[in-house]
Parts: sequence; C-alpha cells; structure tokens
Amino acid sequence: MSDRRMGVYICHCGGNISDYVDVERVRQTIVNEPGVVVAKTVVSACSDDSQQQMIQDIREQNLDGLVVASCSPKLHTFTFRSLARRAGLNPYRYTQVNVREQCSWTHTDDREGATKKAIRLIRAGIARTGLTEPLEPIRIDTVPQALVVGGGIAGLRAAIGLADIGISVFLVEKSAAFGGWVSRFGEMYPHGKNGRQLITKLIDEVKKRKNITSFTNAELVEKSGSIGNFNAKIRVNGKGGKKDDINVNVGSIIIATGFDAYQPGEGEYGYGVDGVFTLPEFKELLDKSKGVPVRNGKEIKDIVYVYCVGSRQPEDLENPNRYCSRYCCNAAVHSSILVSERNPKARQYHLIRDMRTYGKYELLYGESRERGSTYLRFGDDDPPVVEKCSDGKIKVTVKDLLTFGEEMEIKADVVVLVTGMVPKKNEELVGALKLPVGRDRFYNEIHPKLRPVETVVDGVFICGACQGPKNSSETVASALAAVTQSASILKKGYVELDPLMAVVYPELCQWCGECEKVCPYSAIEKSGDQGREVARINKAGCKGCGGCVPVCPRDAIDLKGYTDAQMKAMIDGYLRDGDTPLS
Amino acid sequence: MAGQAGEGKDFLPKILVFSTHNISDPGIDLAGSSHMHYPPTVVVASMPCSSGIKPGWILYAVERGFDGVFLATDGEECAFLPDCAERTAQIARKAQELLSQNGYDPQRVRMSAVCSVCAEPFTNHMKEFSEALRKLGPARKG
Repeated sequence: MSDRRMGVYICHCGGNISDYVDVERVRQTIVNEPGVVVAKTVVSACSDDSQQQMIQDIREQNLDGLVVASCSPKLHTFTFRSLARRAGLNPYRYTQVNVREQCSWTHTDDREGATKKAIRLIRAGIARTGLTEPLEPIRIDTVPQALVVGGGIAGLRAAIGLADIGISVFLVEKSAAFGGWVSRFGEMYPHGKNGRQLITKLIDEVKKRKNITSFTNAELVEKSGSIGNFNAKIRVNGKGGKKDDINVNVGSIIIATGFDAYQPGEGEYGYGVDGVFTLPEFKELLDKSKGVPVRNGKEIKDIVYVYCVGSRQPEDLENPNRYCSRYCCNAAVHSSILVSERNPKARQYHLIRDMRTYGKYELLYGESRERGSTYLRFGDDDPPVVEKCSDGKIKVTVKDLLTFGEEMEIKADVVVLVTGMVPKKNEELVGALKLPVGRDRFYNEIHPKLRPVETVVDGVFICGACQGPKNSSETVASALAAVTQSASILKKGYVELDPLMAVVYPELCQWCGECEKVCPYSAIEKSGDQGREVARINKAGCKGCGGCVPVCPRDAIDLKGYTDAQMKAMIDGYLRDGDTPLS
Repeated sequence: MAGQAGEGKDFLPKILVFSTHNISDPGIDLAGSSHMHYPPTVVVASMPCSSGIKPGWILYAVERGFDGVFLATDGEECAFLPDCAERTAQIARKAQELLSQNGYDPQRVRMSAVCSVCAEPFTNHMKEFSEALRKLGPARKG
C-alpha cells in the first residue's frame, strides 16, 4: 500500500462537469485509491472558498500530493500550483486532470461512459502524483539590460520602447546604417507617411536616449547563458577588415532581423528582360521619378503587375515558398494608386491569383478599381507568359478566368513582378541563437495566438518580418509586444524556470553519444562520474522536450514530470475500469 | 462484465492518445469545448513534445489492455524540434516493430498531426480508429 497522503478534488464546474458526470460516484470510487486520504467534490475548484478549503486540508491532513480534476490544465495549472505553495505543499506534487474539455464536454451524450472515463483519468492522475518528487523552480536573477538585433523599424521602435521603461539597450545593426527596408520606401499605405521620414524620426529618438548604445556594421556572433543573464558577443566590423569583439551582459534578446525580398530566377516570368522589375525595384523607380513616372526618359503608359511571384509556390518545386506573403497585394495595389495619381492616363493591368487586401486595405483595392485598374485572374496551373518584343515593349499573354478563360495579350512598358518576403539569409545568426525555424524557414514562435513573440529559447523574443511576412504596422505592433514581454521579466528582477527537465541516471549510462546528437540545444555533454564517461544535462540549456529520452538505448534518461515510472503508472491507472477496486 | 467486453457488438476499443501540451492538446480541448463527440474509451496523455514518447510505452499500453495507441503529433508546428515529425514517425515505426515482435497487429499504432484548432479532424480520427480497432478485435488474447 502507498504511504502517500494525497488529496483529490473533483470539480462540478457549476454543472459543466457535474451535469454529464456523476461526480459523487467518482468521489466514492477514487476515495479508496491507495494513497488518497481526502476526496471531495467542490462546486468550483478555482473559487476562493474552495481554495481555502484545499489549503486547510493540505495543512491539517498533512497532504503530500494534490490532484484537482477540473478543466484543462491550460487554464489553472498555475492557480493550483500557487495554491499548493501557499499551503506549504511543493507545487510540483500537483496534477491537474482534465475532466471537462476532455471528458464531460466531449461525452455530453453518454453519462455512464463519461463517469467511467473520469474515474480512469483521475486514477491515472493519482498514480502520477504518487510518483512526483518535490522540485524547486530554478530562480535566476535578471540583468536589466536587453539586446536588440536588427535596426529596422521593428528594432528601432523596440529599442525606444525598452529605453523608456528604464531598460538599457544594446542595438545591433549588421549593415552600415539603421533603417532597414522602410528607410528605402517613399509614400507608404495606409496613411501616406513617407518611410524615409519615419525612420529619420526614429533614429533621432534613439540618439536622444542615453541608455541606448547602438552599433552599425555589427553582428551578434555568440550567445551563452540563459534567460535573465545572457552573455552576447557583438562583432563590430571596422574599416580595413578590423574586427572588434564586444561582450555584453543582457537579460533578454529581441530578434528583429526582418526579411529578404524574393529574388526571381533568370527568366522567371520574364525576369531579366529589360523593363521587368520586382516590386521593391519598381517602388524605387516610382520614388525616383517626380511627376509622371518615366523609365529611360519615356513615360510609362502600360503596366502589368504579376502577383504571387515567389509566394504560394507549387509543392513540387525545390524548397517551395508555400505561404502567402500577404503584404504584397496591398503594396502592389497601393503602388498602382500612386501611379494613377501621378499619371491618370496610365493603363494598369493586375494579373492576380486571388486578391488578399485583407481588413481595411480592401478600401485600397476599391480605390484602385475606381481609378481604372483592370484585374485579370490566372489559374494556378496556367501562369502568364512574359516575352520581349522587337519594338522594345514587353508582351504578356494570360488566360483570364474572369472572362471564362479568354486569352489576352497585353503590350506593356513595364512588368512588375509582385514579389513577396522570404526569410533573411542568416545562417551564422541562426547557429548562434539556436532558434528553431518553421516549415517556411522563418523563426518560429511558441504559439501563434497565445505566445506570439516568445520562442522556445526562454528570454529570446522574435518580432517583425523575421517571424513571417508582415507589413510595417504589424511589425511595430509585434516589436512592442516583445518589449512588453522583455520588460515583464526584467522589471521583476528574477525569473523562475520550470524544473521539468531531462535527467540522466549515471549508473545506467554508458556514454554512446546518441542523446548528445539529437539535442539541438547543446544541452547534453559528456562528463565524468566516478571515473566513467556519462552524459550530463545542462540545466540552463535543457528545454524539457524529452527528445533525448526515446533515443537512449539503455533507458538511462527520464524527463522529470513524465518519467518512465510515471507514464507506466498512468497507463495502468487509465486501464482500471469503472468501479473495479485495485486487486 | 463491464470492461471485460470481448469481441462482437459490445466491444469498445480502448484507445490511448499521446498528445502535446502546446499543439495537439489545445485541438483536443477544442473538440470538447465544441461538444464534439468521440468514444469515451479514448483517453489522452499529454506531454511536452511527441518526440519524447518511448516506443516501449506503446507496447506496454497494448500489453496492459489498450487496443490501440494514437500519436497526436505536432507535425511541422513543433516549437522544440524542427525535425519533430520525422522523429515521431521513427518512434511510431519502432513501436510497430515492437508490437509485431510480440504478436500484436502493427495497425494498433497510428499517428497524425493534430494542430491547435484541429478539433474536427481529431474527432474523426478517433471515430475511424475506433471502428478499425473494433474490426481487429481486442488486443489482449485470452
């Protein structure tokens, strides 16, 4: 029999659970589980009253384990961990069992089935809790300084934001000047602000702040340490190949390295033919020409825009960009409005696959049509053909789906390939940061909705277009989100890390190196134990994914919280059916 | 007797699902929040990442009485490991080998990516898997 003293609380959730699960029968069944000394039903486990009752039970009954069967652990793990802490129980001896989202709510049609399942789920939770050990979160003091990598609109705005809440900033830009893409733009949608002027203003603000130290021609080349206390090596590339390394100590790092514009291959939609431009090249040409847009001194009369170049590519291409770059429809439509403002007689043809002027940018699309732009739609498998003509014009042939596949021939002065965003080539930085990239090769956030600027490397945040295509206002919004996330760590002065990491049993380990090979965070290293070579986990580097656990040929690694013994005990708990007592 | 159902119409296959905290669990939760129904003989064990599942646990689950094990993986969305999908596929293959070696049908292991909003796909997976296992019959012999 177990010598544990556990408390189990089954929540009614005000009927959300108790309407579909016989919670009293569940209680009567699990009260006989080994190690359970308190089993109660509560109307609402998260309410103050219930929490008080649990705290009292933990203290009076000297409980050493807590199981709350209620909603999804996503909602209240931290609530009950903190309750345990207040009651004097180690928070890592608490298990939340999901009997709402994964039981009552999904079996509203089967009270008997749901009740039996709740019993099995709770039995597994009890079995797991019986095998927990007290763990302490790892507490790390934080350095009130931050490093911002990338000096475009996102990095500049983030640096100012951090500085204004009292966090010193090191701002690092790889190129010779701050400003990034936006500093190359003239008038931008939706407010007609000039990109160059916006950036000039931001750079002035950066200069005004004494607690921002900025570097151009500089790169982040090495990063060590962990959240709250990173050591970063900045390499400044001086004149004549002179390199200076500067070491800084920071609590958080914000990555704002932006994007590259898609570069079409030679011959892709006629790229390489005189007069065929990418979208950024065309914008530059537009900005340069005052008044009526001209090229080689001649008025541009006919313009063809080919959309989705380098975006939404077919699967069978090598390393295709499967994603939609989403900013380009707006940018191209906006460019065509700029053209028609300066030359209302210009004829503009937009060859689209789909039009994605989302949100309020739809108004731009409407305006462009009112101004006379013509939209034609081509099929995914029937792209337009762009060819050079002997008269210096460019012939574009397209089958228009909007007129039932009619073949059109347009003679253009300029063809604009509406190119999207691609991940910035930056192998060294990816290597230094050890940040995972997604299928589209942009940096990956932890959760697109709930944790949109955090990465699996705690204390390293991403924002702007390094994370995926964004326009400049979305970029700044995410930069400020990264500022807030950084500040929430750095202003508190310390961080607590979950101690649910991998652990090696040195007596079982015979160092074969398999685990080291599969850890992308370099958190496993060879070390000595009583004269033998064994694996050792670096606690600051381990992310707790458990990827090393199944590759160990000697079962010498466990993930705390999900140990081999716990998983097997849970499997047994799930299987003891209905009201069968333990034999 | 309840829980001892044998072959035939009364047989309700027991399914163990391994899911992940950040990606597939929210999808499975969403199925519940949307009151979608799948058999109550399905239970879900959530882990940080599907690459941390030991093939031995899958064999253990079948030996102890589960009729099938489903790996609800992060697919390409895993925030921990860029090659998570391949790793989990490897784990599933190893588990299938283990099952075969021990006289169980390898079709008792299935895997599929379940995203954080994949409520309906998950529900359908459970119904289909349950049906397939019903045809296979109980895993435990005797």
